[in-house]
Amino acid sequence: MNPFLDALLLQAGYNAALVAIGAALLGFAAGSSGTFLFLRKRALVSDAVAHATLPGVGIAFIVMVSLGGDGRSLIGLLLGSAITAWIGLLLIEWIARHTRLAEDAAIGAVLGVFFGAGIVLLTIIQSMSAGRQAGLEGFLLGSTAGMLFQDAVIIAIGGSLAVLATWLLRRPMTLVAFDSEYAAAMGYDVRRIDLLMMGLVMAVTVIGLKLVGLILIVAMLIIPAVTARFWTERSNRVIWIAGAVGGVSGYLGAVLSASAPALPTGPLIVLVAAGIFVFSLLFAPVRGVLAAVIRHRRFQARVHRRQGLLALAAQHPIREAYTLRLLRREGLVRADGVPTETGRAQAAKIARDERRWDIAREVHQDVGLTGRYDGLTPIEDVFTADEIADFDHRLGGPIAVGDL
Amino acid sequence: MGADFVQFSLTPILIGVFSAIACALPGNFLILRRQALIGDAISHVVLPGIVVAFLITGVISAIPMLLGAAGAAVVAVIVIEAVKRLGKIEPGAAMGVVFTSMFAAGVLILEQTDTSNVHIDVDHALMGNLESLIWFRAEGWHSLLDPSALATLPVELPRIAIVCAIVISLTVIFWRWLKIATFDEGFAEALGIPASALGFGLVVTAAVAAVAAFDAVGSIIVIAMFICPPAAARLMTNSLKHQIWWSVAFATLSAILGYVFAGYGPLWFGATNAVSAAGMIAAVSGIILGLACLYGPHRSRIGIGKEEAA
Repeated sequence: MNPFLDALLLQAGYNAALVAIGAALLGFAAGSSGTFLFLRKRALVSDAVAHATLPGVGIAFIVMVSLGGDGRSLIGLLLGSAITAWIGLLLIEWIARHTRLAEDAAIGAVLGVFFGAGIVLLTIIQSMSAGRQAGLEGFLLGSTAGMLFQDAVIIAIGGSLAVLATWLLRRPMTLVAFDSEYAAAMGYDVRRIDLLMMGLVMAVTVIGLKLVGLILIVAMLIIPAVTARFWTERSNRVIWIAGAVGGVSGYLGAVLSASAPALPTGPLIVLVAAGIFVFSLLFAPVRGVLAAVIRHRRFQARVHRRQGLLALAAQHPIREAYTLRLLRREGLVRADGVPTETGRAQAAKIARDERRWDIAREVHQDVGLTGRYDGLTPIEDVFTADEIADFDHRLGGPIAVGDL
Repeated sequence: MGADFVQFSLTPILIGVFSAIACALPGNFLILRRQALIGDAISHVVLPGIVVAFLITGVISAIPMLLGAAGAAVVAVIVIEAVKRLGKIEPGAAMGVVFTSMFAAGVLILEQTDTSNVHIDVDHALMGNLESLIWFRAEGWHSLLDPSALATLPVELPRIAIVCAIVISLTVIFWRWLKIATFDEGFAEALGIPASALGFGLVVTAAVAAVAAFDAVGSIIVIAMFICPPAAARLMTNSLKHQIWWSVAFATLSAILGYVFAGYGPLWFGATNAVSAAGMIAAVSGIILGLACLYGPHRSRIGIGKEEAA
């Protein structure tokens, strides 16, 4: 079998299978918890949180080494990264709340400064453990080579806990994301829920450090949520669709990366997610670009058809080429622009509709009904049959087209 | 402060200062326009830009790399705008989608191409390498007057100096327009100022500054240079002109102090190796911002009472 299929079916070796399963779990957790961040319009806070993990990794390493340990224990490093990420988060919150700086400036400042401090610590570590490769640079872009079983277990347990927490907190978080003031009025502590939301994001970030690295984990939090939003208008579905998108991209990315050399896992996961995003952007049923284009074309056709038929009814010549083509395709006019029998009938119908609307708007002052007049909606959609009969009564008898 | 200083520290400090100023100037306007995170996006797409430029030209040289990175920044800005409009997605998320994807593509291409014999590696691109930009042929202050020694100055220095000069002159030339369009875009349009073109130009300028500074400080720390000095300056004054001067002062201070702490700080503590200067510059600018947040005379938002702001 070819290497891609091998990897897809988890037959490409122990490590590759481990990475693929871990990536799928992480993707699911990141996608579902990132949804709230996106709905709360704070997607880029996750970028700052991710970059703020770097100094924590460095500090944890230094502390563990100075306590006589190995310094490479994943749990210890992740704990350290969680602490500085949390500090970064609180700083963003504090700056945005207590100074005149906007949240975006706070995000950028925390991101740059924490990352800079992290780089300083990394250079200290390089000189400290001269000769010993700490391998902490792997946290920048992730490194899946040589992932241990216990690392995969950490990802699996952490990912499952994050998904569970998302499920438990979905109602208050949804409420806060859509209408924080209403949530506050309902007695929820918005600030605490925001922090919980961020805590969840931070947890996912920390878990994903080893796999995709701190620069690209942001993508796993943002892209699935944005992608899922294209497919549904319901918040509870967005969460799980985002989780699925994240899980699929995690799995496929890891599989692709295992199928050939020199294919780093983190970037591939992100690119698979980006591919799904582009597909959704173009082809999603309601919100996609293609759907919007089709909707626009249909609307255009309706307007042209109606205006064309009205022109026929009033016996004006039609000069618009698109209108003529449209009417001819429906067999309403002949090639020379003269209406056919059906065309005359349709024109009479539309003209009657228009006149009924005129009457309706004189009679009814109710904007809720007559406000729906847009020159396209048939009057039968708005008024009942006996109301229309009343309009017809006021109109008088039918008039054949051409006798106007 | 003798020959050693000129040889090892003068050029990195100057490069750091020029980079910091070149980034801080557009940063002022980005912050006021609530576009601070464009800097974030730009700094991430610099890497793919440089990689693609390398792939096309096959050489590591300044001009194609600058063009590639600036091109990537422009592409990123356009794609972000397209995603925002086509998908009706809020700007932050649109940015997050676009720049992470481009960054991932950059890393992937970099890993795929055989760049082992060339001098781009990801870590370097992320962290910068200010320390290595030393002036080998310098023998002391008199070398500044010696044409043959001057010819061996690291090319990064004149490059960033030119970019810095361009950014400064653009800021001066478009000062009135920038000022009006930043605070009231509608009014600017009414006056006939091409506000959206100006906004795009600002982003491109920021991209050029980021690319030029990228050599020295790496792509992530550029964000700190874009945001920290102007943000700290914003808390010092209510006048845009004063804010710009403050930001230049803060940028210069963080570059110099950052380099000094990184180069000499560890020696004071008995360590033998210097630490990353770029990282230290970012850290110092963060400390300055922190102090401004705590003690800046104009730190609180208008409308917040004193007790609340404290």
